[in-house]
Amino acid sequence: MQFEFLLEQVVNGLVLGGYYLLIALGLSLIFSVGGIVNLAHGAFYALGAYVCVELTKRLGFGASVVISPFAVALLGILFERFILRRFYTADPILSLLVTFGLAMVAEQAIRMIWGAAPVSTEIPQSFRGSVIVGDFLFSRYRLLILAVVAAILLGIWLLLHKTSFGRVVRAGIQRPDMVAALGIRLQPYMTGIVMLGVGMAALGGAFFAPITTVHPAMGAEIMTIAFVVVVIGGLGSFWGVVISALLVGVVRGIAIHFEPAAGEASIYILMFLVLLVRPRGLLGERIEKFE
Amino acid sequence: MVNAVGTALSQKGMVKGKKFFTLTADYIFGHDLLKAAKSFFGAHDANLIGDELIATDVTDFSPYLLKVRQAKPDVVCCNLAGNQVTNLVKQYAEFGFPYPLVGFNLNTGDAWAAGAGNLSGTWPTVWYHTLNNPASQAFVATFTKKYGKPPENHAWIEYITLKLLAEAINTTKSTDSGELIAYFEKQTQFDIMKARKAYFRSWDHQLVQEAYPFTVKPKDQMKDQWDMLVLGDAVPAANDPLEQIYPTKEQNPCEMKA
Repeated sequence: MQFEFLLEQVVNGLVLGGYYLLIALGLSLIFSVGGIVNLAHGAFYALGAYVCVELTKRLGFGASVVISPFAVALLGILFERFILRRFYTADPILSLLVTFGLAMVAEQAIRMIWGAAPVSTEIPQSFRGSVIVGDFLFSRYRLLILAVVAAILLGIWLLLHKTSFGRVVRAGIQRPDMVAALGIRLQPYMTGIVMLGVGMAALGGAFFAPITTVHPAMGAEIMTIAFVVVVIGGLGSFWGVVISALLVGVVRGIAIHFEPAAGEASIYILMFLVLLVRPRGLLGERIEKFE
Repeated sequence: MVNAVGTALSQKGMVKGKKFFTLTADYIFGHDLLKAAKSFFGAHDANLIGDELIATDVTDFSPYLLKVRQAKPDVVCCNLAGNQVTNLVKQYAEFGFPYPLVGFNLNTGDAWAAGAGNLSGTWPTVWYHTLNNPASQAFVATFTKKYGKPPENHAWIEYITLKLLAEAINTTKSTDSGELIAYFEKQTQFDIMKARKAYFRSWDHQLVQEAYPFTVKPKDQMKDQWDMLVLGDAVPAANDPLEQIYPTKEQNPCEMKA
C-alpha cells in the first residue's frame, strides 16, 4: 500500500509540473530570444488572474479564461515595444533592474485598482471534485489544466519547429547577426514571442485563480518556483524546462510523502545538486550571443 | 480558539471517538494551535491519526490532500494562517473530499477570499460584522458608510485596540508605556462591543474575551457577498468564566517577564 501511495504522489507531481510549466516556459522563451531575464513575468501571471476574476463576474469562467490571456498578451505588445526593446543589446543588469521595477509598479497598480484584500472566484461546478483512475485520485480541474498545458506545449513546439516563424526565432536565438544579414528584422518576432510568453503566464494566472489566493503579491510568489524550474532545465532550453517542471513536481511530491516539512526545501536542494553537476542546467545549451 | 470550535464540534457529535487529521503551519503560531488541539483531543476522547507540518510558503496543497485521503479521517482540521487557509479551503473544495474541514483560525478577509462556494465546516472568530450588539452595529454602519463595505475582523481589532489605548491614556493621564501596562495589568474591564466585557490577563497579557464558532451560510441565503457566515452562540456560555477557553498557566509558557 505504501508503494501505491508513493506512486500517487509521483503522478500528482507530474500534474503539478504541468502547472509550473505554464509559467516557466514563457520566462525561458523570452530569455532565449531577447536575452532578458524578465522579473516582471509574475506580474503578467497576476494580471491574468485578476482580469479573469473580473471578467468571470460578467461572462462566466469559460469565456474569461480564454479572453484574459489574450488581453494580457496585447499588453505584452506595449511591454515589448516600449520597454524590453530598449534593452536587448544593453548591459543585462539594466533589463533586470527595469523589469524588477516594473514588477513592483504592477503590484502596486493592482493594489490601487482591486484593493489590498484578496478577491475570490470559484471553479465551475462541472469541474469540481475528483476522478479515480485505478489507484490514483486526480482533481478534475487539474486534469483540465494538464490537457490545456499539453495542447499548448504541442502548439508551441509545432510553432517553433514546423513554421517559418519558428525557423527565424530559432536562428535568431543562435545567430541574430546572420538573420539580420539575410535582411530579416527580428523585432516583430520578438514581439510575437513576448506576447506568447506573457500570454502563457496570464493563462496560468487565470487557471490558478479559482484554486489559489488571488492577491496583489501573487506574481512575486510564483516567480521563485518559475526561476527554479528554468534554472534546473537550462535557461532557454524548451525541453529542459519541460523536463525540469515535471521533475520539480515529482521531487516535491516524493519529499512531502516521506518528510512533509521538507517539501519546499527539496526543490532548492534539487537545483543545488543539478547546478553542481551541470552549471548550465539539465539541457542548457551554449548560446553564442550570451558568451 | 481551539476550545471555541471544539465546543461547537462536540455539540454536533464530531469529537468523541472521531479520527482527526491536522494540517499545521510550521511556525510558532501553528505549533501553539496544534498543542492546544492535541490537548483538546486528549481531553475529549478524539484520535489524532495524522499531523502534517506545512512550510509557510506552501501554496499548493495537493500532495498533502492525497495524504489526507490515504489516512481516511473523520474530520480534517486546519491549523494554518493567512493566505494559506484560503488556498487550502479552495483546493479542498476542488478535490471535493467527503471529510468535513474545520479549523482553529480564520479571519473574515480570508473567508471572503475563499469564496462562498468553497468554504464549509466550523471555524472560530473573535468578531463578525453581523454580531448582534448595538455598539458593534453602530461601528459597522459608520465603517460601511465610509468604505462601502462592512469591516472585517481586523478592522474591529484595530478599532478597539485604539479605543482601549485611548481609554488607558485618559485614565492614567500618561503616555508612559510602564504606566499604561500597569493599568492594563490591573485587569480593568473594557467594553469591546460584545455582550461581555473583556480584560487583559495580568500574567500573559491575553485579551480575555468571548469568541464565536461559525458555519457557512448557503449561497442562496446570502444577502450580499459579505453575508457569508452564521455565528454560533458565544463561548464560553454566559454563566461560565471567560478564562475557560484560554490556556492555563500550565499550558501557556508565556509569562511576560519584565
